[in-house]
Amino acid sequence: MGRLAAVLGQRLVQAVTVAVVVSLLSFALVQLLPGDQALLIAQRRYGDDRVTTAAAEAVRAELGLDRPLALQLAEWIGQTVSGDLGRSLLSGAPVWEEIRDQLGATLTLAGAALGLALLLGPVFGGLAGLRPGGLADRTGMAAAAAFRAVPSFVLGLVLMVGCTVLFGWLPVGDSSDGLSLLLPALTLGLGLAATSARIARDGVVATLRSPFFAFARLKGLSRTAAILRHVPRNAAVPLIAYLAVSFAFLIEGVVVVEQIFAWPGIGHALTHAIEGRDVPMIQATALTLSLFLVLLNALTDLALLLVDPRRRG
Amino acid sequence: MRRASAFIEDKRSRGVWLGGALVALVVLTALVGPVVVTADPNRQDLLHVLAAPSREALLGTDHLGRSVLARLVHAARLSLSLGAMAVATAALPGIGLGLATAFAGGWTDRLLTSLADAILAVPGLILVLLIAALSPGAFWPLFLGLSLTQWVEWFRMTRAASRSALASPAVEAARLLGFSPWHILRRHVFPDLLPLFGTLGAFGLGSAVLALGALGFIGFGLRPPTPEWGLMMVEMLPYWNEAPLALLMPPVCLLTLILGLQILARR
Repeated sequence: MGRLAAVLGQRLVQAVTVAVVVSLLSFALVQLLPGDQALLIAQRRYGDDRVTTAAAEAVRAELGLDRPLALQLAEWIGQTVSGDLGRSLLSGAPVWEEIRDQLGATLTLAGAALGLALLLGPVFGGLAGLRPGGLADRTGMAAAAAFRAVPSFVLGLVLMVGCTVLFGWLPVGDSSDGLSLLLPALTLGLGLAATSARIARDGVVATLRSPFFAFARLKGLSRTAAILRHVPRNAAVPLIAYLAVSFAFLIEGVVVVEQIFAWPGIGHALTHAIEGRDVPMIQATALTLSLFLVLLNALTDLALLLVDPRRRG
Repeated sequence: MRRASAFIEDKRSRGVWLGGALVALVVLTALVGPVVVTADPNRQDLLHVLAAPSREALLGTDHLGRSVLARLVHAARLSLSLGAMAVATAALPGIGLGLATAFAGGWTDRLLTSLADAILAVPGLILVLLIAALSPGAFWPLFLGLSLTQWVEWFRMTRAASRSALASPAVEAARLLGFSPWHILRRHVFPDLLPLFGTLGAFGLGSAVLALGALGFIGFGLRPPTPEWGLMMVEMLPYWNEAPLALLMPPVCLLTLILGLQILARR
């Protein structure tokens, strides 16, 4: 139990540091952005052709952008600490309301991609690892190496063009049905699956070569029984540890893939907010994505404790 | 089992050649390409758009009649120089600080380590995206963002590896014998670190090139008409049917480079 508390405490500290870093960065960023903030917001709100100096001044007064920078920063820190991320500068709605639905869409996409990776990776990796140097190993690992080298946006492009050629239409743009989830999830998941196949394969090979596996065979267990008893848990440890590293790629991938497939998630909201210089939205989306990463890492820590009794000590 | 391990070792030495060859191919393209291919990558020729390969444009032309080959080789030069610069500017402070903190320890070590942890916890591409938003389409913010995200990796790895090297009996003996820290660094720590630097360099170059392409593709990197692989892909996407070669070549170049770097980094 002591171990558990230590792990969670560490992640909590990390979450706070990340929140501070991202928040300060997004505030500094928006102050450094070239151009007049109020005028740009007015442009986004009323359209390029209908914006006037008066409208910009109204925006400036409304959002308090005419006050000293230190005052803005102080007020903004106070709000952030109390959990109030403010309202979107563009739509005027509270940021959390804007983000809630998008977070759902992102979770669906990330979950589908991760599920795909955890389904394909261990299956192909395990098959390859059972006979190292065999045909399955060589073809499987060559394919994994190829897929690892394909960046998500190239894979997305290939899938888009491939679908258009094969079916004559693209199942994208609507997040409500499962079909449109397929392409973005594949784009995001195949790379992850390739790497986890590699890790699973090495884990299986290492377990098969271990002294305890040899002992289990000597004890009289059949190969199948020994494999079923020892391999999954032992091969899962490096796989889970690796997943913790790959989550950063997953989050980055979410931003790119959502933009490519117009998937209405957090990543899409982030890029949209950067375009519109919507400070509260930039901050909230960057914060959500970063904290999501910390949360995923905390979950992997827990999963490792669960799978590997040696870590509980 | 012996057979399997022999196979793996064999594959590794073959892998170095393969990886090196793939990377060398792209590097050579970037170095020599713009000299050999004299066509201006930005010269439009609206009478010959989406043309098939010809003597003037060996890989055909894009939707504005620009030579695809010329754009490809200039994009290769751009990607590689941005990547190399990002890696170099990330590696120098990363290695320096990593070595210094491994030697000195104390509160600077704790401070830098927790700063590195915080930066590492923010997804790199988001950091780059935030910094790149400073001046959309400009080269320097992209470079700055990439370099800022990458030095952390160099710092952490250098620190960890040199700490374990410094803890070795050989270093203890050298210290007791009164050798200078510089001598210890050169003779005992650096040789241990070199393979690590190779891996980090290949990995960093690959991720910088990928980030540039990804940001270009989603419209947050460099701006048209810059010849850049990610941008070329998104520009040619609507014409996949008319000019498949123009759409196909940028990802092929990118994949060649990334695959080669990955093979080299894994070794």
